[in-house]
Amino acid sequence: MTLDTTFAALSDPTRRAILARLALGEATVNELAKPFDMSQPAISKHLKVLEQAGLISRGRDAQRRPCRLETRPLADANVWLERYRALFEARFQKLDSLLEEMKAERAKRKPSPRGARK
Amino acid sequence: MSDMTLKPQGDREIVVVRAFNAPRDLVFDAFTKPELVQRWMLGTDGWSMPVCRIDFKVGGKGRYEWKSPDGKHGMALSAEFVEIERPARIVHKEIFDGTPKPIASHITSTFVEEDGRTTLTMVIRYPTPEVRDFMLKSGMEKGMALSFTRLEKMVS
Repeated sequence: MTLDTTFAALSDPTRRAILARLALGEATVNELAKPFDMSQPAISKHLKVLEQAGLISRGRDAQRRPCRLETRPLADANVWLERYRALFEARFQKLDSLLEEMKAERAKRKPSPRGARK
Repeated sequence: MSDMTLKPQGDREIVVVRAFNAPRDLVFDAFTKPELVQRWMLGTDGWSMPVCRIDFKVGGKGRYEWKSPDGKHGMALSAEFVEIERPARIVHKEIFDGTPKPIASHITSTFVEEDGRTTLTMVIRYPTPEVRDFMLKSGMEKGMALSFTRLEKMVS
């Protein structure tokens, strides 16, 4: 499964809401369609995208086919983003201290108007 | 004070937003003057940047080279500046050659100042969704390798 499939599946607010609902427990298409004010086929389309991305699985019961949240791809995507984030954050924290030095240097060279005598 | 967001956007972009407690001309300098860049654009585990050359003009080139603390490993990046609007905006292309295949990206950085604080927004665009995935995943592997190094240090 590519990350892109995960991100694309997550890019839609309805699909994110469906996942949030499924985090509370499994549900059938009918149960999912109700709060969203959407037709069953429209919900089914979203479920198909989520299923292809591995974010949900469907039960075997032919009548109900309840949907269940699969947390693995979501966790993977988060881990990858976290790593990338950690690198940027480490750099930016070094930049924070450098900027403090640069501000102090500037204040020394050119006293700020607030510090100037009237 | 550091509320950074890093998010995927569309199928091949990553957007990074971070505020700095400094006016934007200083932030802009820190991004474009080699002697300043060398002090912060580093890895997480003692990597240094012995080489940083920046010919900061439209069409000008940049070269950044990193070294691991033991000097055995290296990483390098070449850049070309496409648009420059001091101190508000930089558009540049990057080629990262620390991987089996060179990775290209196109980066738009904007600096917006408000009340003495500067918000940086970087939009990093990769040529394909697969390349973006690869960058995210390789970042993870590198991070894991670093963690293992730390673990080794702790147990040895």
